[in-house]
Amino acid sequence: MCTQAVGLVAAELERQGIATVAIQLLRHVAERVRPPRALCVPFRHGYPLDAPGDPARQTAVIEAALRLLEAPDSRPPLLADYRATTGGRARMREDCP
Amino acid sequence: MGDLAEFSPAVRLFLKAYPWRRIDPVPWSPLRKPLAVCRLALVSSAGFVLPGQEPFDAAVRGGDVSFRDIPWDADAASLVDTHRSRSFDHQGIRSDPNLALPLDRARELLAAGRIGSLNRRHLSFMGSITAPGRLVRDSAPKAARGLSEDGVDVALLIPV
Repeated sequence: MCTQAVGLVAAELERQGIATVAIQLLRHVAERVRPPRALCVPFRHGYPLDAPGDPARQTAVIEAALRLLEAPDSRPPLLADYRATTGGRARMREDCP
Repeated sequence: MGDLAEFSPAVRLFLKAYPWRRIDPVPWSPLRKPLAVCRLALVSSAGFVLPGQEPFDAAVRGGDVSFRDIPWDADAASLVDTHRSRSFDHQGIRSDPNLALPLDRARELLAAGRIGSLNRRHLSFMGSITAPGRLVRDSAPKAARGLSEDGVDVALLIPV
């Protein structure tokens, strides 16, 4: 339910002119709710930024999210997958319905 | 990826049948200037409050859609987890609240010049909102207007 809540808040922020990026924990929910710009992460619920007490891994996820904000020529809804093995660079998949 | 297999059979059944709220049309605000000159706000749904703030109300039918202001310079270790859900492991966010409201990481981004400024406040919601009508009608627009008035350019939202 958190995934839906942040998506709905993100939409309101975008309507106010604020560019958003939302972390998402369930891809199939993100595909249904359709937050404007989202990064799906491979972590279980309760661990949205990977690991507690590990600033480097948390920063890697945040950096991947920030890069979505900087992605050129992107269109909504923008949904990307986080791949930690690629140094935190999000892989784009713009196939969200 | 978070997975439905994490949850109990009853929760999985609920989530499979749940009528997710579809955003349509999808609003879109492109980044209008470099992040290095943007003002950032964080929005978390981990149900964090600071000491002295009213905890989120687990008894509200359909979910507590209120939110709390968390000052940009708050001590992350002082955040208190009041999220009502028993469907996820709370141990991580209790041992390190940065996991869901990364106050320290945001200050590091500022110090590194990756972002231009931090908003004077971040926002804390509690997810577990099964009836999002009041969120969509009232509190989310109120939160968005507030951050817009603060001059926020970009927001990072983190569920739990």
